[in-house]
Amino acid sequence: MTEPMVSLRGVYKIFGQDGASVMDHVKNGMGKEELLAEHKHVLGLNDINVDMQAGEITVVMGLSGSGKSTLIRHLNRLIEPTAGEIIVQGEDVMQLSETGLREVRQQKMSMVFQKFALLPHKTVLQNAGMPLSVRGEDAEVCNREATKWLDRVGLAGFENHYPAQLSGGMQQRVGIARALTANTDIMLMDEAFSALDPLIRTDMQDLLLELQKELHKTIIFITHDLDEALKLADHLVILKDGYVVQQGEPQHILLNPNDPYIEDFVSDINRARVLRVRSVMTPLSDGAVPDDAHGDVDVDDTLESMIARSGGDTSHAYVVKDGDETVGTLDMTALVRALVPRVSSDDGTRNY
Amino acid sequence: MAFYDKLFETLGLSNWCGVAGEGAPLSMADLMAQASGDAASGPFFPFPSLDNLNESCSAILQSRDVTKGIEDGFLAAKPALKSVLDPLTQPLSWMLDGALWLFEATPWFIMIPVLVGISWYASRSKPVTIFVFVAIMLLGLVDHYDVAMQTLSIIFVCTTISVLLGVPIGIAMSKSDRLQKFTVPVLDLLQTLPTFVYLIPLIFLFSVTESKLYGIAIILYAIVPVIRLTDLGIRLVDQDVIEAADAFGMNSKQKLMRVQLPLALPNIMAGVNQTIMMSLAMVVIASLVSAPGLGVNVLRGIRNLELGVGIVAGIGIVLLAVILDRVSKAALSRVDMTHVKH
Repeated sequence: MTEPMVSLRGVYKIFGQDGASVMDHVKNGMGKEELLAEHKHVLGLNDINVDMQAGEITVVMGLSGSGKSTLIRHLNRLIEPTAGEIIVQGEDVMQLSETGLREVRQQKMSMVFQKFALLPHKTVLQNAGMPLSVRGEDAEVCNREATKWLDRVGLAGFENHYPAQLSGGMQQRVGIARALTANTDIMLMDEAFSALDPLIRTDMQDLLLELQKELHKTIIFITHDLDEALKLADHLVILKDGYVVQQGEPQHILLNPNDPYIEDFVSDINRARVLRVRSVMTPLSDGAVPDDAHGDVDVDDTLESMIARSGGDTSHAYVVKDGDETVGTLDMTALVRALVPRVSSDDGTRNY
Repeated sequence: MAFYDKLFETLGLSNWCGVAGEGAPLSMADLMAQASGDAASGPFFPFPSLDNLNESCSAILQSRDVTKGIEDGFLAAKPALKSVLDPLTQPLSWMLDGALWLFEATPWFIMIPVLVGISWYASRSKPVTIFVFVAIMLLGLVDHYDVAMQTLSIIFVCTTISVLLGVPIGIAMSKSDRLQKFTVPVLDLLQTLPTFVYLIPLIFLFSVTESKLYGIAIILYAIVPVIRLTDLGIRLVDQDVIEAADAFGMNSKQKLMRVQLPLALPNIMAGVNQTIMMSLAMVVIASLVSAPGLGVNVLRGIRNLELGVGIVAGIGIVLLAVILDRVSKAALSRVDMTHVKH
């Protein structure tokens, strides 16, 4: 695997009077509650080690208070870590001077916010052009780029409106256009769609995926919504109480949760829509393809589409193709079995 | 024989005190008591105030020594203070005199259109503009045009200086919690100190004939709201927007000019409105120290019991106040409106 775009190495954040003074306790394994009770410090992040690959969407998921918004603010040092390294394109952000940091924020990372955070006294066009005008570009360049990206996110014709005149979904499109205008390799999205209603949220997720398909940015996306996380993620990081419970390929986490907390999370998911054939097929070991195969399917088909295709008949079996290559076989019985979570959500795991 | 004699005896301080009760009677009360012949009478248990203790022990100061001490101290510091403050505040005198000259020298048929024009430019409101025109005409009709212009010129200069000084101070306060902690008590003091009290030390420092005397008094009083509201306005700017500004790498100057000041503008304008109102309130009191304008007529009304003169001037002040308030409020709401058009 290539050098990661962003990597966090042993990042700790302790909120309180003197976070550094209680670092030793945390390193010796003191938990969040104990630290608060005994030392009046709040453990924000606990030994975070995450690699974020270029061109991928890394989703950081967790419930409120799990430290996910704290985590994303460490990448551009809106929050200073208590300990650890934050390496962006091989450069340790922690070593940067104030000017250097501003440079990184202007050139390398852009950010989309949960509450949009647009400038209310500027027009949509000026808002979208803001990252360039901060760098000191001409108004003409700013407007040209801003117009281009506003058009791309579907806001052509709204350039001279003020943010307050737009709906929440449209305001967030301005937020995304602003981040795109910055033309940075890395985009940080802090619960970018959480404040939107469900239909618009789906629209925005589709928009993001569509943009990502052509732009290949490195996106770090924060969410508390597992459906959203599974839809967007190439790499999923699950946070709880400031530490990483599990990280990896989302399908893998869904099928192999390593913690009751995650089992509880994934039990509520519509697995048929999320899981793909790739995750439940039997890999081809000896080249044997069942004679009674009902046809060929793609590795990236969802289980839902498979159920529809088989008409609910569990006796069917299919040959799985990745492009032209045969990669495995799919038994509908195995598929149906995979739909049942290992733990159901009714048996009290909610205590976590 | 005074009440506290025993106390000093038991404490063994008689020597330090010296002989009590010697010399001339020290206060009016003493004199009265002596005259009526019953020196020993008095409250059964007097408050141990400086004067009462002094009766038993002359080494202790009397209360009037305190006020005298303040006066002496101020007089001693005066030459030094004056040599610093005088040249520093001289431009204020020039500005006040200059503005006064300008407002008086401009003929009414130019001045009134200019004022109406300014009202229109600031408020963009027809009713307000018409009101301004009618009010000035009314003032002119009862021959109060000149004094009204004098008052206006003073307010114009003092408000301008208050804003020029107050906004930067407010910005500095919003940036530093420590500065805010030190400034707020000073602002409280300026706002609560009876307005006449400003005048006393100022009269000592400057000559009563100098216009900066009332200029300083007005500015000290009127600058407070613009400082407070600038500080408040900047502190109230949405933290999310500030965070976005940081995330896109704005430096602190860009943040101030592009985000904080524009978003704080409605609050700052409210502060300016208050500053104008307060300088108008003070300009009347400042007529005690030779400030020209409508206040002089009010003062004449009080001094000579000329009821009509005082009341007409008073109504003139009200008209000016309403003009200034409506124009600045209309300007304020215009500033607000550009941001939130739903």
